Amino acid sequence: MEVDQLQRSFLEYTNSLFREGFLDGQFGQLQLLQDESNPEFVFEVVSLFFEDSERILNDLTLALDQQNVDFKKIDAHVHQFKGSSSSIGAQRVRNACIAFRNFCEGQNVEACRRCLQQVKQEYLLVKTKLEALLRLEQQILAAGGVIPMLDS
Amino acid sequence: MSSGLATEMEFHVLAVDDSIIDRKLIERLLKTSSYQVTVVESGVKALEFLGLVDDENTNSNCISNNRSTHHVEVNLIITDYSMPSVTGYDLLRKIKESAMLKDIPVVIMSSENIPSRINNCLEHGAKEFFLKPVQQSDVNKLRPHLMRGKCRTQNQQNIINKRKPLEECLSPDRTTRFNDLALVQ
Repeated sequence: MEVDQLQRSFLEYTNSLFREGFLDGQFGQLQLLQDESNPEFVFEVVSLFFEDSERILNDLTLALDQQNVDFKKIDAHVHQFKGSSSSIGAQRVRNACIAFRNFCEGQNVEACRRCLQQVKQEYLLVKTKLEALLRLEQQILAAGGVIPMLDS
Repeated sequence: MSSGLATEMEFHVLAVDDSIIDRKLIERLLKTSSYQVTVVESGVKALEFLGLVDDENTNSNCISNNRSTHHVEVNLIITDYSMPSVTGYDLLRKIKESAMLKDIPVVIMSSENIPSRINNCLEHGAKEFFLKPVQQSDVNKLRPHLMRGKCRTQNQQNIINKRKPLEECLSPDRTTRFNDLALVQ
C-alpha cells in the first residue's frame, strides 16, 4: 500500500477513535512527545499500559473472589487503573473506573463484579483499537513514511 | 541571558511516582526540556537518593552512612502525591525540614483535584501543584523555579569568591524574589 494511503487511513482511524470517545486529547499529547530521538515512545507507553492493566485486572478479579471482600483494596486498584488510563488518554476505560469507584462506596459485591466486567470490556476494546493503530504506524514506517500529526 | 551561562545551566530533576506509566511520561516530558532526569518509584527511594534516611528514631536531617548518592546535585523535585508508605506530602515535609535540602523547589502532582490538598501542599512549601495527566505546559512552568535556584547558588558562590555578581542570569523583565540574598541591581 502507498505511504499516503496508509497515512490517510491512520488519520481517519485515529480521528474516529477520538470521535467515538475511546481516546481523548491526552493520547494526542503522547503522539507529540514522539520524535526521531524517541520514535517508539507511543508504542512503549501503550505496551506498559497493557502490562500494567492486565496486572490490575487480575488483582481485581482475585480481590472480588475473596470470602471477605476488601473494598478499600479494590478502590485502591481502581484508582490506580483510573490514573493509568487517564495518562494514556483511554477515556472510556477511565470513565468506567470512575463509575466503579462509586459502586465501591456502596460495598455491594455483585455491583462491583458487574463494574469489573464493564471495565474489562472497555479495556479490551481500547486494547484492540490501539493495537490496530500501532500496526498502522509500523506499516507507515516500513513503507518509508512518517507518522502524520493528529488534529488536536 | 548570556550564552556563556546558558551552557552551564544543566538542571537535574528528581521525579518520584509509583505508577510505571506516569514515570515514563514525566521522564519524557522533562527530557524534552533538556533536563537531566532521575526517576524513582517511591518516596522511600527518593529519600535514599537525597541522602535522607526515613528513620523514626532520629530526626529527618540524619544522613545515611552511604554518602555516595547525596553528592548528586538535585535542582528540583517533582513528586506524585498519592504513594504508599511515604507520600508526596511526607516527602515535601521532610525536604523542607532538612537544612541541606530545604531550598530545593518541590512540585506536587496529583490525579485528584482536592482544593484543601492543593492549598496544604502550597502552604507547606510546594512551588506548584500539577493535576494529572501532566502536560508540557505544566513542565514549562518549572524553568523559573530552576533558574532562581541556580542563580541563588551561583550568587553565593560569587560572594564567597568575591567575583562580580551574575545579574545577567535572569532576563531583565523577570521579577526576582530571593528569600535570603538580594541580587545586586
